Amino acid sequence: MSSEWPLWEVFIRGQHGLNHRHVGSLHAPDAELAIRHARDVYTRRNEGVSIWVVPSAQITASSPSEKGPLFEPANDKVYRHPTFYDIPDEVGHM
Amino acid sequence: MYAQMVKSEASTDDPALLAAFQARIDAGEKIEPKEWMPEAYRKTLIRQIGQHAHSEIVGQLPEGNWITRAPTLERKAILLAKVQDEAGHGLYLYCAAETLGVSRDDLTEQLLSGRMKYSSIFNYPTLTWADIGAVGWLVDGAAIMNQVPLQRTSFGPYSRAMIRICKEESFHQRQGYDLMRAMATGTAEQKAMAQDALNRFWYPSLMMFGPSDKDSIHSTQSMAWRIKINTNDELRQKFVDQTVPQAQYLGLTIPDENLKWNEEKQGWDFSEPDWSEFYEVLKGNGPCNTDRMEARQRAWRDGEWFREGLMAHARKSAARRVAAE
Repeated sequence: MSSEWPLWEVFIRGQHGLNHRHVGSLHAPDAELAIRHARDVYTRRNEGVSIWVVPSAQITASSPSEKGPLFEPANDKVYRHPTFYDIPDEVGHM
Repeated sequence: MYAQMVKSEASTDDPALLAAFQARIDAGEKIEPKEWMPEAYRKTLIRQIGQHAHSEIVGQLPEGNWITRAPTLERKAILLAKVQDEAGHGLYLYCAAETLGVSRDDLTEQLLSGRMKYSSIFNYPTLTWADIGAVGWLVDGAAIMNQVPLQRTSFGPYSRAMIRICKEESFHQRQGYDLMRAMATGTAEQKAMAQDALNRFWYPSLMMFGPSDKDSIHSTQSMAWRIKINTNDELRQKFVDQTVPQAQYLGLTIPDENLKWNEEKQGWDFSEPDWSEFYEVLKGNGPCNTDRMEARQRAWRDGEWFREGLMAHARKSAARRVAAE
């Protein structure tokens, strides 16, 4: 039990042109095998057409305690959404 | 249920933090790995998710037993796909457990040393091909009862693993029922095999939900934390109510003389399984406990040189890349 394979985060792009999306993680000795394993573990039912793998240790994440300062400022900026503005019906679709 | 009799830990954390944590759960928020959580929540979840993962992995053994002897190429391909799914489900769950700060090797070691359990059901043998049908129909059917509500569990990674698993699990139960249907509408001998498989798997399937826990403190704590959503009795009743008409459709008989429709509760009355048998199986005295553990230990031991070889190769290649830059 000496040398556990490192952990990788797996991202898959589905068929419809959307972004790669995080689907989970897995252990693999290197990047090449991480892709092979990701194919077996996360795409058994046509879930994707492209795979990214990233060593989990390389991910930098925001800290839960920063949630307030990072995300709350957006709460009171309702004018960033199109629904903030009244557009007269006569103008038509906008 | 793939996690049976999971004991919850008593909390020793600051009461104010505990109350704030409980409020988040009550508000339906998901708890994510790096956020504060009571140590007891963390430990109970590691035990529960770990046991669930081990069950998926050990659960490959009784079904793998029939891959080389499947009666047709189609059935063989289906069974292979199902067993591969079980491996995948084990991996999703191990990863969810690892976000709580336990390592994969540690989980594996705890399974192999017997300190962590897997579901009692996988200590029963698959003696005939019809057993493969019974496992899919009944065992996966019972597992789904538990896994569907767990999609709403409070711990984010566990919930996400469950969502993935549930998406795939329905195929497992359906292929089992389809197999049973082929047997039940086949020759008299095939139908007898189907009935025999139902006879042997019925009570062990009921045991999967664990003994009644309506008065259990562990269960109460786990339900407050939303890592357990229904009581064992609720899920068992639901399973029986769902399964009886399915058996009737096949023309098979549930092996229970006391099985009777109860108009008042709008559900079936049924016999309890033999709980002394359940405790014996948990203690290691089921028909296949020794075989299952030996198979896992052998797989781990035999794979050691290979796991290490691949690591050595990875280290060497990385060093070579650095040298070339």
